Parts: sequence; C-alpha cells; structure tokens
Amino acid sequence: MSEHIFPNIGEAVAMILFGIGFANLLFQKNLIKKIIGFNIMDTAIFLFLAENGYISGRMPPIVVDGIQETTHYINPIPGGLVLTGIVVSVSVSALMLSLTVRLYRRYRTLDLDEISARLRKEGL
Amino acid sequence: MAFVQNVPFFSIMLSMFSGIISAVLPGKWARRLNTLVVTVVALMSGWLLWFIIRSGIGSYTYMMGHFPAPWGNEIRAGVLEAGMALFICVIMLISILGGRKPLNDEVEHSKHNIYFILCDMLLSSLLALIYTNDLFTAYVFVEINTIAAAGLIMIRQNGRCIEAAVRYMIMSLLGSGLLLMGICMLYSLTGHLLMSNIRLEIAAIMDAGTYQVPVLITIGVMTVGLAIKSALFPFHSWVPDAYGYSTVSSGAILSSLVSKGYLFLLIKIFYRVIGFEYISGSHILSILFLFGLCGMIFGSASAIWESNIRRMIAFSSVAQIGYIYMGFGLGTEEGMVAAVFHILAHGATKALLFISASGLMEVSGDSTDFFDLTGAAYRNRTAGVGFLVGSLSMVGIPLFSGFVSKLLFAEAAVLVPNWKLLPTLIVLAISTILNAIYFLKTVIRIYSPADPAVVAEKGFKRLHLRQQKLFAMTMVLFILVNLVLGVTSQPVIRLIEQGLHHFA
Repeated sequence: MSEHIFPNIGEAVAMILFGIGFANLLFQKNLIKKIIGFNIMDTAIFLFLAENGYISGRMPPIVVDGIQETTHYINPIPGGLVLTGIVVSVSVSALMLSLTVRLYRRYRTLDLDEISARLRKEGL
Repeated sequence: MAFVQNVPFFSIMLSMFSGIISAVLPGKWARRLNTLVVTVVALMSGWLLWFIIRSGIGSYTYMMGHFPAPWGNEIRAGVLEAGMALFICVIMLISILGGRKPLNDEVEHSKHNIYFILCDMLLSSLLALIYTNDLFTAYVFVEINTIAAAGLIMIRQNGRCIEAAVRYMIMSLLGSGLLLMGICMLYSLTGHLLMSNIRLEIAAIMDAGTYQVPVLITIGVMTVGLAIKSALFPFHSWVPDAYGYSTVSSGAILSSLVSKGYLFLLIKIFYRVIGFEYISGSHILSILFLFGLCGMIFGSASAIWESNIRRMIAFSSVAQIGYIYMGFGLGTEEGMVAAVFHILAHGATKALLFISASGLMEVSGDSTDFFDLTGAAYRNRTAGVGFLVGSLSMVGIPLFSGFVSKLLFAEAAVLVPNWKLLPTLIVLAISTILNAIYFLKTVIRIYSPADPAVVAEKGFKRLHLRQQKLFAMTMVLFILVNLVLGVTSQPVIRLIEQGLHHFA
C-alpha cells in the first residue's frame, strides 16, 4: 500500500482535501463555511491536475533556449485545464457569496437551516 | 462539407451572442431577440435533422479551430443530437410564451432583460452539452448551465427563491465537483479529453485487464455527479423549492429542460466515453436502477401528501427522473430507447403542467393551495383542459406521450435477461397507481364546482378565451407536441434507435 501511495503523495493529498471540501460543502450549516468547503474541493482538483501534469526533472513548457523536443518539458494541458477551472470556480464562488449577502441582509443569519425554518413559519 | 453542417456551431454561438447583446437592450427587445433566436435555432436544428436523415451519414464530427482529433476541440452531431436540440428549442419557446404574462408581476420591470439573458445562456449551454465531443468543454458548459439555472430561480426576488437558489447551487456544486474529479481521473487514466479518443483508450485498458478498479471508480464518480445534478432520488432535496417557487417559465424550463441536459450528457458518457458494452455489465447501472425505483415510489408518495400544487408537480418530476434512471439501469438497448423517449415525453408534459397550473392559480387569487383551486377549471377553461391533458399523459392514458414511454419501459423490462424484470414491472404498476391518485385527485378538484359564495367572497376572477389568447395558444401548442409524441411515436422511436446506434 505505502509503496503505491508514496510516489503519488500529491494525488493522495488532493483526494483527502477533496473529501474534506466535499464534506464541508455538504454538512456545514454556515453558508460561508460551505463556500470555503467548495473552494477547498475545487482547489484539491486543481492540485490533482497539476500533480498529473508534472514530470520531475523537466522544465515548464516555454521555449527560451531553443530546445524543441517534448521530452524536456512537462505536460502543459493540465495547466490549461486548471486555468479554465479557476475561472469557473471564481465565478461560482462570486455567485454564491452574492446570494449569501442577500440572505444575510434579509434574515440576519448565515445558518441555512434556520433560514428555512423561518421561511416555513412565514408560510410564504 | 455541406453548409448545413455548420448548424451546431452557429446555434451555440447565436444563442450565446444574443445573451451578450441583450445586456444592453431594454426588456421588451431582449424578449423579442430571445424569441427570434430560439425560433431560428429551432428551424436550423430541424434543417440539420432533415439533412442527416436524408443524407444517411448517421453522424459527423466538426472540427473547432481546424486542429485534428487528439488536440483540437470537436463538435459531433447526429440524429439524436439534432432532434434533441430541436425539441429543447420548441419547449423553451412555448414555455417562455406561456410565462410571458405572469412575468410582469414576478420580475421587476428593469430586470426583464436579465431574465432573457439567462434564458439565452441556458439555451446555449444546453446546446453545447448536446453537441460537444469534448469532456472538459462539457464540464464548463455544465457550470454555465448551473449558473444560468440558479439565476432563473433567484430572479423572483423573495426569500423563498433565494433560499431555493442557494440550495440548488449547493447540490449542483457537489455534483459538478464530482463530475470534474471524474473527468480529471479519466484524463490521467487515458491522456485524452475527446470522448471518442477516451473510448479507444478505455477499450485498450479493459482488454489488457489493468486498472479495472480506477476505471470503475471514475465511472461511478461521474455518474453520481450527474445523478445529483439531475435530481435522482436521494439527491432531490432542492427540487420542490426550486421548481415550486420560481417564476412560471423558469419552473417549466428547469423541470423539463435543465435536468434533461445532464441526462443527455450521461447517456453520451455511457455510449461515447465508456462504451455501452462495458457499462451494461457493470454494477453501476444496477445501483442506478435501484435508486430509480426508489425515486419512482418516493417521488409519487411525496406528491400525494403535498398540498401546494406547484410543489406537487415538482415532486412528480422526481418520480419521472426515477423512471428515466430505471430505463438506464435496465442496461439494454431497449431500456435506453425508453429512457430517451421518456426524456422527451416528460419534457413536453411537465412544462404543460407547470404553465397550466399557473393559469389555474391566476383565477384562484394566486393561491397554490388545493382548497382554493376548487372549480378553477370552470373559471379558466383553457388552463383546465391543459392540466387535464398533462395529467392524463403523466398517468399514462393512450393517445398521449406518457403512455408510449410507459409501454416502452414495460416492453424493455420484459426483454431484460436478468433479475430486473419483476421489480421493474411491479414498481411501474405501483408508481402508475400513485401517479393516478395525485393527478386525478387534482383534476377532480379543479373540475368540481366551487361554492359560489366562497368564490364571491374571495373575489376569484373568471378568465375567458378572448382575454388570454397567448395563453390559449401555448396550451394548444403543448397539447399538440404531446399528441404528436403520443400518436406518431413509431417514427420518433425509430429515430431514437438510429441515433443511439450512431452515438458511439
């Protein structure tokens, strides 16, 4: 078991972080903590991708000293995916935060269950 | 290459740019632009469908940016894709038409153009989900779809809707996080992002007998992610609020189109990424099958206890999604065809139900409560007929689309070679009875005459056909779509079979 995990320690950490973020997003009551959980989850995926693309001993894929062979460079595609993922993650976080602000202004609490209970009481 | 083969690209771009242009337009013009674009995309998709059927090419890939296969991004279109795009445009057009009048009360006037931006974005992301041949592009458009759908829920600015949007976002983010993780794991296993290339690598992995467990986990993670997003039974907690309190058009569009986009992506993953021959033998489908069965029973049972008509229809959606997953879970070609047909049938019927329910509520003092709806079908006859047709279709009465899909499910169950035969038939029967209980209960209530004293006291108005020509037109169009799917089902089924055949 350990001989499989040690060379891939980055991926293993990414998976653990993904689990932590997922559980926080699912089980936390506080909306801000939920959003933090979401960010941990997405960052874990980016870590996983970056670990996948990295090949030890190679350079970043920018040609500066005329070396053209691909064997000298790491895989650039996961980097591109991470960039796209970051854009998506930022916009979703912004939307979630703005929704949280709206709920907080209205109900003066960040606890989603309490907001639901109050809505039921209002009978809207 | 024929010019018509550019249609998928044009339709995605057209709907996306119309959203951008709508940002600077006043609400009325944004609405007109939206109607125009949806109509144009529908006509173009129809043209593409006709071209694909006539030329007999089955399906074709379209290079984006002229880079060849392993590097460039691709679009792929076939019978099923073009047909689904046409269907989505038609349902969206009629849903927006039907919700036009209530929209004035539901959404602030200055925010109308934002509403149509969201509709345009939703359409473009659905079209992209249908046409794309690249998994990461699919993920990006899944997120765009989520954001647009959350916007459609929260645009009605009351506490309920914002809470519903937050709950929707939380579940959707869990789902898309799992989907993204699955895509990344698949990338690290196969080294590709294009669906067709992944499939070749998966076949090689499977034949070599290595990495069986990682592949299984990857498929499982992606499937669970999309199941959360399309509201399969244990993950449906956001459904009743999101569908039940949003605007009329939003409810109709969300229930009949948004979840279907994810289901379509899941079918695509099964056929084009993993390969149906591998997936049909795996236990993942059996798990989906069991959850689908639970959803069919649970959704219907919850709908019976619900006293709010829109939430009742929303719970019925949970049951219908259960039907579709049951079709997937059978693991046969026939089950898939039945599931795809049910995607169409449910889309056509649920939007009709949501919009006719809004007509019934309008003549009952905007109340969603069952007691107030007594006799509503006499006060608004058009909406009454619409609701009746929708209910009969959902219960499964011949002539309407719901009957054909139930028949297909039963036929598929009989042909299934393993233990799934008996549970399918039993649950199908129980669920049909439960469907009949809550839909016919509602139909009887709206068709039993109300006490004139109560009607006068509460000030319920009466709407005649002349006062609501637009609404009547939407009802007629929806009923027509339903009848077309129900009566001329054979050609549709043949097209679905042909489309699934060319899907891989």
